[in-house]
Formats: sequence, C-alpha cells, structure tokens
Amino acid sequence: MSLQQIMFTLFAAMIMVFSILTITSRRILRAATFLLFVLISTAGLYFWLNYEFLAGVQIALYAGGIVVIIIFSILLTHHINHKFEKPGLGNLIAGIGVGVLGAAISISTLLTYNFSAKPTTPMVNDVKAIGNQLVSTGHNGYALPFEVISILLLAALIGAIIVAKKQDTVSETESK
Amino acid sequence: MEHTIPLHYFLIVSALMFFTGVAGFIIRRNLITILMSVELMLNAVNINFVAFNRFLYPDQMQGHFFALFIVAIAAAEAAVAIALIINIYRKFNSIEVDHVDEMKY
Repeated sequence: MSLQQIMFTLFAAMIMVFSILTITSRRILRAATFLLFVLISTAGLYFWLNYEFLAGVQIALYAGGIVVIIIFSILLTHHINHKFEKPGLGNLIAGIGVGVLGAAISISTLLTYNFSAKPTTPMVNDVKAIGNQLVSTGHNGYALPFEVISILLLAALIGAIIVAKKQDTVSETESK
Repeated sequence: MEHTIPLHYFLIVSALMFFTGVAGFIIRRNLITILMSVELMLNAVNINFVAFNRFLYPDQMQGHFFALFIVAIAAAEAAVAIALIINIYRKFNSIEVDHVDEMKY
C-alpha cells in the first residue's frame, strides 16, 4: 500500500465518520465541529488530486468562513449546552430509509458504469493559469460566471443585512 | 498518481456523503442542522466535479471552476440563511421547524 493510498483511505474514512457524526450528534456545537472536520478532509482530497488552489479556497471559505458563521449563529440562538430532542420515529425511519436506499442505488449504478478517460496531456493548473482563465473571455474563459457570482454575492450580502437588521425604525416611521 | 486509486472510490465517498446529508435533512428538525446537511450535500457534489475533472478531462478545468463557483454560492447561501435564522429566532424564540408555523407576522 503506497503512501497515496494510505492518505486517500485516511481522508475518505474521516469524511465518512465525521459526516455521519455531524447528523447524529445531539449537541449542535459538536455537530458544527464535526462538519469542520469533514470540510478539512475534503480539502485534503483536493490536495491529493493536485488542486492546491481549490483546496486553499475550501479551507479559507468553507472551514474559515461558513463554519464560523454557523457557529456564530448557533451561539446567538442556542444555549451552549443545548441538546436536541430525540427525532421522531417516522422521521428517523424516513431519513435512514431514503439515505440507505439512495446510496445503495447510486453506488450500484456507478459501479457498473465503466468510465473511460481520453488519453490527454494534463493541463498546468497553477494559480497563474487559474487566474488567467477566470477573467478571460476567450476559449476556456470563465469571465461571465465570475461576474454573475460577484453580483450574486453582493445581492445576497445586502439582502442578508436587510433581513437581519432590527426593524424598529420602520415601525416607528409607520406609526408617525 | 491517479492510477493508485480508481475514480469509483471518489464517487462512492461522495455518494455516501451526499446521502448522509439527505438523511440529516430529513431527520433533523433544527434549521441550523438542516443548513449543515445542505452544506454536506454541496460538498459531496464538489468532490464529484473535481474527481471527474481530474480523472476524465485533465486537459480542461471545467470541474475545478464549477467547484469554485459552488463554494462561492454556498457562502452566499449561508449568509442569507443565517440572517433568516436570526430573524426567525427574534420572532419565535426558537428555530425548530415545528415551532415556526407562520410566515407572515
């Protein structure tokens, strides 16, 4: 067993174990921490595949951004020792049933499919090439989705601020 | 390097992760845990995109960029979701979906 196989097995096992712990843990703060471990193991898989930039983005945005936002909102809305009630039996059966059935069907399907790769020369994927492609408009250019995403982010953040801010001032002006 | 692990292994990992997210989405009754399940599903999809890109089309980077954009959209989605959750908490003092039964106030 080579080192690469060992690393892949390690990351895959971490993803499995921690993603199941994320949805089964009854303490919500622990669930968020397990989610953090899942996201970091995913970044490890990206490193394994030689996508260093994507792995960096994964760590910075997911592990550094989204998990921190989630933990903030947990602390704003829960007591720190909050424990969930046990889920209802119907939910439990439905969830596990859908999960197991779906996983069994999709895994059995993809195991029978034979993926064939064309023999090509792999592309250089250093940060310079990624940056050039991201803002180029020509062949293999992704300028349009880049701009769309930037507008979407702006709109989402303005919307988030408007939704989350206290609305006392509105009711005051209405009552005048 | 890619020959040490076949593509199917990545797809199995991401399928299991995706359906863990689906199961969590159905089982949990708490808005933040539901959000975390959605993040699990998005992450599983990302693994698929990146693995397909690396194993089947290494001469292009479409899967890589798709994963990048999905990460950005997940960030936007998380921001909006957290704003909504905090607002709901102010109104109902709870973020269990069973307690949140009116949309208009």
